[in-house]
Amino acid sequence: MKRFKLEFLVFVLTLTPIIGVSQGSISGNMETIYQYLLTDTLIGANQPAEKSLVNSYANINYRNQGFKAGVRMESYLPRILGYPDRFDGTGLGYRYFGYENDIVDVTVGNFYDQFGSGLIFRAYEDRALGFDNMMNGFRIKIKPYKGVAIRTVYGRQRFSFENGQNVYSAGLVRALDAEFNLNEWFPKMEEKGYRLSVAGSFVSKFQKDNNPEFILPENTGSYGGRFDFGFKKFFLNAEYVIKEQDPSQDNGYIYNYGKGILINTGYSKKGFGVLLSAKSIDNMSFRSDRDAALQDLQIGFIPPLTKTHTYNLVATLYPYASQPNGEVAFQADVFYKIKRGTKLGGKYGVDLALNFSTAYEPIQKTAGISPNDSSRVMYRSTLFDKSSLIYWRDINVTIEKKFSKKLKMKYNYFNLVFNNDIMKLTNEKGIIRSHIGVIEAEYKINPTNSIRVELQKLWAVDQKDRGDWATAMVEYSISPGWFFSLIFQSNYGNPVEADRINYPMAFVGKIWGATRVQVGYGRQNEGLFCVGGVCRFVPASNGLTVSFTQSF
Amino acid sequence: MKNLVVLVVVLSSLSFGFAQEEQSVFKNSIPAVDLKDVNGKTVSTGDLTNDGHPIIISFWATWCSPCKKELNTIHEDYIDWVDETGVKLIAVSIDDERTKSRVSPYVDSKGWEYEILLDPNGEFKRAMGVNNVPHTFVIDGSGKIVYSHNNYAPGDELELYKVLLELAE
Repeated sequence: MKRFKLEFLVFVLTLTPIIGVSQGSISGNMETIYQYLLTDTLIGANQPAEKSLVNSYANINYRNQGFKAGVRMESYLPRILGYPDRFDGTGLGYRYFGYENDIVDVTVGNFYDQFGSGLIFRAYEDRALGFDNMMNGFRIKIKPYKGVAIRTVYGRQRFSFENGQNVYSAGLVRALDAEFNLNEWFPKMEEKGYRLSVAGSFVSKFQKDNNPEFILPENTGSYGGRFDFGFKKFFLNAEYVIKEQDPSQDNGYIYNYGKGILINTGYSKKGFGVLLSAKSIDNMSFRSDRDAALQDLQIGFIPPLTKTHTYNLVATLYPYASQPNGEVAFQADVFYKIKRGTKLGGKYGVDLALNFSTAYEPIQKTAGISPNDSSRVMYRSTLFDKSSLIYWRDINVTIEKKFSKKLKMKYNYFNLVFNNDIMKLTNEKGIIRSHIGVIEAEYKINPTNSIRVELQKLWAVDQKDRGDWATAMVEYSISPGWFFSLIFQSNYGNPVEADRINYPMAFVGKIWGATRVQVGYGRQNEGLFCVGGVCRFVPASNGLTVSFTQSF
Repeated sequence: MKNLVVLVVVLSSLSFGFAQEEQSVFKNSIPAVDLKDVNGKTVSTGDLTNDGHPIIISFWATWCSPCKKELNTIHEDYIDWVDETGVKLIAVSIDDERTKSRVSPYVDSKGWEYEILLDPNGEFKRAMGVNNVPHTFVIDGSGKIVYSHNNYAPGDELELYKVLLELAE
């Protein structure tokens, strides 16, 4: 097997220059992250036996006329802190080849794809998290007629990367999606400012019954429909999905159907934008292995309806993650620009952004249901039927104002409500409430030198959980090549005196075009590291991290 | 280990290929990926053209502060850039389903006049070899990638502007 892979790589790469004579294009990127970690008893960090940890990736994609091929080398020597602990070795983590023209597009090997909003099918990667549920099999895309796009996929999902080889799921995934863009059929619609597309998808998972206790369905189907409607600057889109009986470790082997809906609507014009979203999810954990847990082998993706925060105290301490077993969530956003030249707007205008998001427990009615009967249907539920138990709430405001050619300020306030009985982030019981204020200032010393300062403070209501926090950050950048930053985070208000720990970190970065090297040194707080609603726990650490990235 | 050796050899030969880009057998151009614009219309990135004038492709996200800073800064001078160099800026949002719907309201509230494409599953990002955002490319009139920069610090737009002026000459 190993030999085959090696030959495949050599084959692809020797082929490329030959075909390259008839012109072709190549692109790719590389990334290496190196860590040298120290023991730090204060934060409970131990030096790993290997002392230094390295993750490396190199992607190479080649295209020539309709032909395409690509590989990714992956290497964990050994994996960096917080990565799935089964990842090890060096080898091909991704390889594909295919052909495409105006009508068909065929890919064999590994691929990523997403149907609609991804609720029942999304294969994607997030390198920063070590998340990768790509497919291994084949995909065919067909555009048989204008405005029609059909996709079909078949294969197994990546579960792990061990001894330099991919390990795939026990279950098989087969899926079909058909999308119709009605504007291409009725050009008059578009002239009048209307837009409409409709689509439907079907996803099936097959896994042998491996359970001695129950008779498990080996095939689980999931299907959904969606539309995207627009009129001038107004839009409304929604997706509704149903999942058939899918007893799994996630749902406690119940035989309920799952269902979910996601709705977004918005309107915008110059200087103003508003957005409303709603989501209701019931029993929608959908994996290609019914025994999988954590972030493994998810076929569908349930996006959390929350803003992605970037300030350190807001983003890392209490992040919300979607609850696939059930949640009812809402979000509203308003963007507004106070015009320049007005009393409030001043010389340059002021940018306002308001965001509100919340999530609640759904109601599961058990009246008339006997939990011990053979159906194992445990409750009845209605979409958007919510209890008063709150999972999450976030109210935040951002005000951005430019004072002069040199000075820009940003003021932020966040009010977070976080149900720790559900999220189980720490040992604290109940609801954790906090207020966070952030002030950011950017000062341009001259056209290429600038300094940026962030001051952040978190007030924990009733001194719950780890109490109060503060972070100060200073960043100095010299365009286009350098940046230097110092971050000082402190849990000075921790109710437990011994845990009032400071986390100082320093970073230096150098950029040459598409090449970037960053060196960081210091103590890093433990926490949930989340991207796109997927989170991974990263333990506390103290030491050196060097990252190198390049694109070509 | 053997694989690693092969990798190193391959990569070094590749970088050699790029070192002498002029004679390189590879045409360093935009890969074709089907993306949607904010109106749901499918756009193939292989068909992006600007009548022989340069194109800026900027990868960004609504949650990425430096990205927004870069695009807002360029926005202040964009009309002048278009007049002087004929450039067109295509802002490719990598927001996924969680934040994708924020793109259109955000763009309008800022009054950006860029062409916006959505890449929610990272297909185009992967094809272009982008590690993280912001990442900005300049494509010359013949479709060749002539500039690539991963980062944004205030002042980087001056370098970008210089590249455009050189292309316009």
